[in-house]
Amino acid sequence: MPFLRILVLRLLTTGITLAGVAVIVFFVIRVVPGNPIAMMLPPGATEADIARLSALYGLDKPLVAQFGIWVAGVVQGDFGTSITTRQPVLALVLGRLPATLELSIMALVIACLLGGAAALTGTRFRGGRTEGAIDVANGMALSVPDFLWGLILILLFGVLVPIFHISGRVTPSLDLPFTTSFYLFESLIRLRFDLWADIVAHMFMPALALAIPLAAITGQLLKQSLKETMNLDYVTLARTKGYGESRVILREALRNAALPTLTLVGVQFTFLIGGTVIIERLFSYEGLGNMAIDAVINRDLPLIQGIVLLFAVIFTAVNLIVDLLYTVLNPRLRHG
Amino acid sequence: MNLNRRSLLMLSAATVAAGSFGLPSFAQAIDELVIAYNVNLPSWDPTVGPSAVNPTIQGIYQSVFDQYILQQPDLSPAPGLLTEWGWSDDKKQVWMTVREGVTWHDGSPFTAEDVAWSLARVAKPETGSPIQFVWGTLANHRVEGNKVIADVAQFDPTIFKWMYFLTGYVLPKAYYEKVGAEGFEAAPIGTGPYMVEKFERNAFVRLKANANYWGGKPDFDTVTIKFVPDSAARVAEVESGNSHVTLEMPYEEYDRLKGGPLAGIATPISDIGMIFLNDIDVMLDPNVRKAAAHAIDKQAIIDRLLSGYGVKIDTLQTPEYEAYDPSITVPYDEAKAVELLAASGFSADNPVKFKIQTTKGFKPKDYEMVQAIVGLWRKVGIEAEIEVYEIAKHYELRAADQLAPAAFYNWGNSVGDPTTSTGFAMFGPSPHSVWDGQDLIDMIGPLWGEADEAKRIAGWKAVDKYIADNALVIPLLQYVQPILHAPGVVVTPHASGALLPHLMKRA
Repeated sequence: MPFLRILVLRLLTTGITLAGVAVIVFFVIRVVPGNPIAMMLPPGATEADIARLSALYGLDKPLVAQFGIWVAGVVQGDFGTSITTRQPVLALVLGRLPATLELSIMALVIACLLGGAAALTGTRFRGGRTEGAIDVANGMALSVPDFLWGLILILLFGVLVPIFHISGRVTPSLDLPFTTSFYLFESLIRLRFDLWADIVAHMFMPALALAIPLAAITGQLLKQSLKETMNLDYVTLARTKGYGESRVILREALRNAALPTLTLVGVQFTFLIGGTVIIERLFSYEGLGNMAIDAVINRDLPLIQGIVLLFAVIFTAVNLIVDLLYTVLNPRLRHG
Repeated sequence: MNLNRRSLLMLSAATVAAGSFGLPSFAQAIDELVIAYNVNLPSWDPTVGPSAVNPTIQGIYQSVFDQYILQQPDLSPAPGLLTEWGWSDDKKQVWMTVREGVTWHDGSPFTAEDVAWSLARVAKPETGSPIQFVWGTLANHRVEGNKVIADVAQFDPTIFKWMYFLTGYVLPKAYYEKVGAEGFEAAPIGTGPYMVEKFERNAFVRLKANANYWGGKPDFDTVTIKFVPDSAARVAEVESGNSHVTLEMPYEEYDRLKGGPLAGIATPISDIGMIFLNDIDVMLDPNVRKAAAHAIDKQAIIDRLLSGYGVKIDTLQTPEYEAYDPSITVPYDEAKAVELLAASGFSADNPVKFKIQTTKGFKPKDYEMVQAIVGLWRKVGIEAEIEVYEIAKHYELRAADQLAPAAFYNWGNSVGDPTTSTGFAMFGPSPHSVWDGQDLIDMIGPLWGEADEAKRIAGWKAVDKYIADNALVIPLLQYVQPILHAPGVVVTPHASGALLPHLMKRA
């Protein structure tokens, strides 16, 4: 199937998925108990006050009419106004997106490094105690959820040996000369290593907490894949040429073995972004996840809708990229 | 510089280490006070939207804005931006004298116009104040010299108490009109003890002391309030020295840390724990209600579940409230509970059954307390099924009068007036009440507009006695707020629960 046709087809299905998400999120959050007006009712409010506030926030209209208004706004780039912050939803979520993306990417890099190192070491010393130890460590990493890793890291590197910051994204007293919200990348571009170090010191623990389970999964899969590849004829041929075991793994086996892992990493990355909700809360990290929890607690309907829709866009975009990348890397798929 | 892979790695490690080791510690003198706060601040307008009625945020608002009337740490009112206030003899007007010599954070003078405008603004329905029904009882606000006069559209004896309660803040007329709502959110100014220097939503707010504050310059020049909603992270913040003060942590953690490198203070605040009884099903039987009330050993629950941090209460008033009457009691009496249930044909073998709703984790040990209560009830012949729900669902069910026969809740009343505790919680027509008995409506009704203060308070005490005698609600305890802080700072707690940086001093 030609690449362009695959792309068009995937974009179409992505559009349908997003429309479905929009419908579901809009109606589900209005069906579940708890509405924003009840949340802000002070002692002494009357039925008339409830009606007045409902009208003020447009919640007095029929659901279908509310949906129509919202969709019409979204099409024009207006996602509504947050009830709690009284700010435009789009500006709020786009303002927080870079923080979550940076955290997720850092977690992904750490996961790939840890998982890759574990897989390569396990393959190099396969069948021995080292591989056994790596398997045990992998099992532990997988069986402990990310938020618990977060708590363990806070205790270890936040309290007992306080070398990393426990909360936030940057030290409040620092003056940030940034023009974007991509603090980590912009500090590097501006060669402000002092700020970069401060940001990393804030991000490292939440990123590591997110990365540990993903590192275990990627490490396991890559090791399995490497071990299978190591039995293939071309690898045996490389050995007969006199190459050392490490060189065979790195130069010959790794490239082929990495393909299935790449797909998995893509899929897992979307789960990793989902995991930021709890981790950002735990580390008081100013990303989308932290904002999402506040929005749910306060029943800030427009903000919940905006965040869920943005998460859906990210998930579908990542899946799309992975699919396309896989198509490019795998000639069998590219040529039908 | 020749930058190869090794030197880049070394440089990275060195810079991260430099960034990391800049952490504060207990040993250092406190130049900049850092507070790990338990909630985020969604909006800077303290008069509209859901944030305006969120009691936990009021401490931040009160750092930047002044209320019309100052509330002291013991909840009593004191001269603030208003130095004097009162009604005309015929109660047709209110008058307020405005403090002179006060300036806004931008240096412009604070005037009586600001007070009149602030009151008129929140009285308009289109402004969106959740408390409009209170502010709307005043009309035709006008300025006469340094006095503000307003007509009383509907007499409310608590109107001046609202001036140091939710949404009772003075905003700058000229500045607000110049920058608009959006501009005010971006750069808020007030007359309060601190000025906003930097605000990162969901992260922190950095405050600078207002050198011209009419109440005297605060002790700490710079205060950073970090928003740390997770209690484990808040404890870690103070334990590691990253923050100097925090609040609302598990009592076990408080006990563990207060005697070590940290100091602690735990005082009762104006929040109470209670069980709403809805007048449906078995709760229509007074014997069941009274048995349910007598079967609860409140002190044992406080001692065993809350490490002793709580004050047993038998009415919806705490000892600090004006209508508190220590003579009204509902003692723990298991035998009496058994006897009352037997009179209605129930026993341990033939228990009365109903549902009790509760939050889990919204307040300290809320679910565990309800579990303990259900255990105590089981002993006397009450079989209660626990349903856990979110606080948002509680609000919605309560407003629709659809709570289960019993529902655990916490009630805040930082002005200490009986109308904002017993009144709104138990007056049938109020959306906050689920008890709709006409007898109680008839008792409470005349008290809303009672102009004679002594008679009004006596009336509320009689209402509380009637409620206790008939077990129309089950008050449980007054909460105690734990605050942990570095030894270098002295914290003055506020009975409203607001953590106020300007009340903190260097040790």
